[in-house]
Amino acid sequence: MDIANYIYLSALLFTIGAIGVVVRRNAIVVFMCVELMLNAANLAFVTFSRVHGNLSGQVASFFTMVVAACEVVVGLAIIVTIYRSRRSASVDDASLLKR
Amino acid sequence: MLTAPKLDYALLAPMLIILGAALIGVLIEAFAKQAWRARLQLVVALGAIVISFEQLFRVRNQGSSIAAVTSVSIDGTGIFLQGAILIFAFLGILIIADHDNFAPQASALPGSPEEAAAIQAGKQQTEVFPLTLFAVAGMMLFPVATDFITLFVALEVLSLPLYLMAGLSRRRRLLSQEAALKYFLLGAYSSAFFLFGAALLYGYSGTLSLNGLTDAIRGSGGNDVFLLLGIAFLSVGLLFKVGAVPFHSWTPDVYQGAPTPITGFMAAATKAAAFGATLRIFYLGLDSAQTSWKPIIAVIAVITMIVGSIAAISQRDMKRMLAFSSIAHAGFILTAVVSLNQNALSATLFYLLAYGVATIGAFGVITLVRDSAGEVSDVNRWVGLGKKSPLVASVFSLFLLSFAGIPLTSGFVGKFSIFSAAYESGNIYLVVAGVLTSAIAVFFYLRVILMLFFADSTNDSVSVVIPSILTRISISICALITIVLGIAPSLLFDIAQDFAYFLR
Repeated sequence: MDIANYIYLSALLFTIGAIGVVVRRNAIVVFMCVELMLNAANLAFVTFSRVHGNLSGQVASFFTMVVAACEVVVGLAIIVTIYRSRRSASVDDASLLKR
Repeated sequence: MLTAPKLDYALLAPMLIILGAALIGVLIEAFAKQAWRARLQLVVALGAIVISFEQLFRVRNQGSSIAAVTSVSIDGTGIFLQGAILIFAFLGILIIADHDNFAPQASALPGSPEEAAAIQAGKQQTEVFPLTLFAVAGMMLFPVATDFITLFVALEVLSLPLYLMAGLSRRRRLLSQEAALKYFLLGAYSSAFFLFGAALLYGYSGTLSLNGLTDAIRGSGGNDVFLLLGIAFLSVGLLFKVGAVPFHSWTPDVYQGAPTPITGFMAAATKAAAFGATLRIFYLGLDSAQTSWKPIIAVIAVITMIVGSIAAISQRDMKRMLAFSSIAHAGFILTAVVSLNQNALSATLFYLLAYGVATIGAFGVITLVRDSAGEVSDVNRWVGLGKKSPLVASVFSLFLLSFAGIPLTSGFVGKFSIFSAAYESGNIYLVVAGVLTSAIAVFFYLRVILMLFFADSTNDSVSVVIPSILTRISISICALITIVLGIAPSLLFDIAQDFAYFLR
């Protein structure tokens, strides 16, 4: 298969994620969309690594996975805390700061 | 045959000391007695910062060099910004040590019996110290990183602790948690853009290092679509961190919701780290492609100055007002990114240090103005404060005058040098926009000062608490630096000029 298709897929996944963050209301879903964007970047890294024939891109994708895991820990901690005090994980409800 | 990479631990020592102290801080949380924790954590944190600063001098005397297999470049700009970040961390931690600003138990529900019990038992928030140190380590790595993996990891190491720290406020906890949520979601969104930009630039050049990127641009070796999209996505991530319009919307909310000592530290140190990385990427990695990004960054700089200065006028909350003022300052510093010359670089270094010190001091003063329910950040309730406590009001006015760029304060020297560097590089419209928006900004700073001193107090519930000795030391040092740099700028300016270079 043409290697460019992987780049198109990665761009598509990134776009879906980027649009999802803007239109979805549930904080968990928004967060999942961000993770989708990171994975799209991973796919791009691995594909370019294949194109250029060096391993830097694959190494970068490993680092991204570790960082994404750390981000999940911190993100879920924040989302769970706010859910417990408001009984809602909707990002529209969190609007005390917009007066 | 594989050889083990040479890491040059001696050059990385300033960062490793801070990381080690952060890990010790985590152990203290686990093993030390409750009564001792706060004091131990404070000593470990301040001690690590002082030792790290001392190590930085040693690194400086060795001369600049490349460390960790070309991933890290310990050069003049990097060393200067690392020093500045350590100074901010020292001053910030002195104010953070006032535990009255933090929720005793961040996991307890607001208003729940558990929270009341934690307050009753006199629990103190001490996890904030290791979190601060982790953030400082990330901030120190961000401006010296020269490849995209290191840049991304440093960006996350500095951001993740800050997201948590934004949610730790003792009072108005719902606001604080909301600030943490917004900061986290938008921050993660922007770092995903940063990463995708890095992936596209890797696709363009086939290497992750900034030097390799420069070579690829010079040799015009790849697909220009990847280059342009890569620069655009990378810039989104960077401009978000520095708080430039149109990626500024998190700034006022997070500055207002986060605990005030954290806001001060974050505003000063994140800006220094993020501008350090921005300057390195644009001066070192992308300068051969400057025709493609310069016009856009210049437009963003002008819009940022205008939006920051005009939106600040209508703010009724002191922390929000300072947030918009920080947006305007980000615009001023962006003019230096566009100028692309050595004078702009040294001016930026001076500006970041002067602005950061004044910011920590100003937010430190805001922690002192309280009523029975806690901190008062409503501008209208500060009316007449100058009559109740002239000293605190004068110090606050000093910081505001420095933000406004009035002569004899550090802010004036910073602005003057940045605008003259922009003039040298031929970007006259940037200078005009900068001077005009500075004039608008003077209006709202002066209005606050007039309110403090020349209006009669309408209510008596607001008072200035007597600060703890640590907060007093921190604010005094900030005020002293602001004045000294205003009267004798050459003290720092000569140093900044010596340090204003990048190592390729």
